Amino acid sequence: MPVNETADPGDGPPQLDVDAILADRAIRIVVCCGSGGVGKTTTAAALALRAAEDHGRRTVVLTIDPARRLAQALGLTELDNTPRQVKGLQPDSAELQAMMLDMKRTFDEVVLAHTDPKKAEEIFANPFYQAMSSTFSGTQEYMAMEKLGQLRELDAWDLIVVDTPPSRSALDFLDAPARLSRFLDGRMLRLLLAPARAGGRSVFNLVSASFGLFSRTVTKILGAQLLTDLSGFVGALDSMFGGFRERAEQTYRVLQAPETAFLVVAAPEPDAVREAVYFAGRLEAERMPLAGLVLNRVVKVAAPQLSSADARAAADRLDEQGVHPATAEVLRVHADLFDQHDRQTAVADRFLRAYPAVPVVQIPAQPADVHDLDGLRAIGSTFE
Amino acid sequence: MVTGKGGTGKTTVAAALALALARDGKRTLLIEVEARQGIAQLFDRDPLPYQELLIATAEGGGEVRALAVDVEEALLEYLEMFYRLGIAGRALRKVGAVDFATTVAPGLRDVLLTGKIKEAVTRTADGRRVYDAVVLDAPPTGRIGRFLNVTAETARLAKVGPIKTQSEGVAAILRSPMTAVHVVTLLEEMPVQETADAIDELTRLGIPIGTVIVNATRAPVLAGAKLTQADLRRGLTAAGVSVDKETLTGLVGEAKAYQTRVAAEASLRAELHGLGRPVVELPILPEGVTPASLASLGDLLLTSA
Repeated sequence: MPVNETADPGDGPPQLDVDAILADRAIRIVVCCGSGGVGKTTTAAALALRAAEDHGRRTVVLTIDPARRLAQALGLTELDNTPRQVKGLQPDSAELQAMMLDMKRTFDEVVLAHTDPKKAEEIFANPFYQAMSSTFSGTQEYMAMEKLGQLRELDAWDLIVVDTPPSRSALDFLDAPARLSRFLDGRMLRLLLAPARAGGRSVFNLVSASFGLFSRTVTKILGAQLLTDLSGFVGALDSMFGGFRERAEQTYRVLQAPETAFLVVAAPEPDAVREAVYFAGRLEAERMPLAGLVLNRVVKVAAPQLSSADARAAADRLDEQGVHPATAEVLRVHADLFDQHDRQTAVADRFLRAYPAVPVVQIPAQPADVHDLDGLRAIGSTFE
Repeated sequence: MVTGKGGTGKTTVAAALALALARDGKRTLLIEVEARQGIAQLFDRDPLPYQELLIATAEGGGEVRALAVDVEEALLEYLEMFYRLGIAGRALRKVGAVDFATTVAPGLRDVLLTGKIKEAVTRTADGRRVYDAVVLDAPPTGRIGRFLNVTAETARLAKVGPIKTQSEGVAAILRSPMTAVHVVTLLEEMPVQETADAIDELTRLGIPIGTVIVNATRAPVLAGAKLTQADLRRGLTAAGVSVDKETLTGLVGEAKAYQTRVAAEASLRAELHGLGRPVVELPILPEGVTPASLASLGDLLLTSA
């Protein structure tokens, strides 16, 4: 595959050589990120399948929320947080495992890893833990990072391909560890912890007098039971927080290392491209290795010689004559496709202008949704 | 309430609905709650503050105001309203209590957001409702059930007290005929699957579901048509177009791919009609969102409602 490194603006962006990344034994982690609805999960699965089948790498793909039929194609029938062998690989000797992230279970595992079983039980029973482990904004992102760290430590694979959560913003994935740290270092948490550390029983009774007004307010609004639960939760988690943060920071450093390749996935639509530009900027700022942009769902025109305007004019002539209605429809389908292609090109150019040196690969729009290994192979073959 | 999988265009649909409901001198409020500033982007404006600002005027002199709800501001406003906190409220913010509270108890965040919506819906001036309708650009299908099921989330944390009372008031409105949750989808597999899941979840929660809105649809032309190169060549000749072999093959290929898509869309459409809710289809907007295209989407939404 030719790699264009001559940054001549007329030549368009350099071509992203996906096969070179998948074949590179020094690369151990590929992270697919981008906004929701751009085909991230499918792309991650296609990359993993290609790495296993065509490059002989023992691969595991961590998916977050796959479409049901895609999950079935990968042999994932339940959300059990365990890598499962994907069946039907060619050749038989190819090794690919797939797993679906179970956020709550991963959080429970983290707790168990950092505390004794008795304390873990207390934490599991606490209503604040239950709320936070299932709904904390950022929990899914944080747990995806945690799971990635776990998989890497198991060291059972050559390559880990990670799909990232369909966040409100693609940035949440990178922000999760920092947000956790900020939360753990927050003044509020320290205020709540102060009495627990001093051996006090009530949450607020040892806090400075100036805080009295505040504590009365909180008690009034929240009620005493809630404060007891909160105090219990915070006290129990306190002992583990150091470990939490250390792990999050460790994973963060792995993401900055040369063994990782980030692929930003986008569709040629305004919102997705805006997110992709933003994300590329963040990766740069965080010194994380951006390997390239995967531009998904790109409309291809198979008959480029016939312009959109000529096709429409011809269709109108047929309509006027009242003949060949099917040909008129074919011409209009072609014209619409051509127009859509032009719009997509204009939208994608926003990314190319912002990051002219970032390599790009295009995946053509598939006529139907992908739900089997052959569909994933078809996507993989476009990387050739 | 307008929900839908991310990328289906729910913000556009919510805006079109708010505009349509404001026609003929009415006043509507368009709210977003996820700090995405999607409304500001849609109307090409600076980020919205936590204030109800006039964002568009509707046919017949109506007006649409927009509000981006900020959780922290909503909490302080709520505390001020019910507790007259003054300095203590500012102290709360200073020690990061608001951030802490909404992080450790995300249900609290949703109660505050939905509480603000309730306040806007029920607000009166001179004995009249201030807003004829409130349209929420709601969280996506994956989060909508949890977002609207406020009582369950807070009941776990607060057994008694003002938060419980507040969430019960919100829950009553959400389950009343005043509320309808519309679900926006595309004729693609994941959005359709999430639409079915969300309707299922909201039905179990007893929250009234409105219309299934299929966005960005295309005319299902060529459905089932037999296409051969020979027929196409004859048609093109009749239209006075001469093409080479490669273009002819290309055109047939494009048309067949389109037919595949149309067939897949037909089965997804059937799935949506099987959900037991009214279905309305909005056409794809080739020129993007413009005031005129929002108005035409509004026409379709009104006639179907």
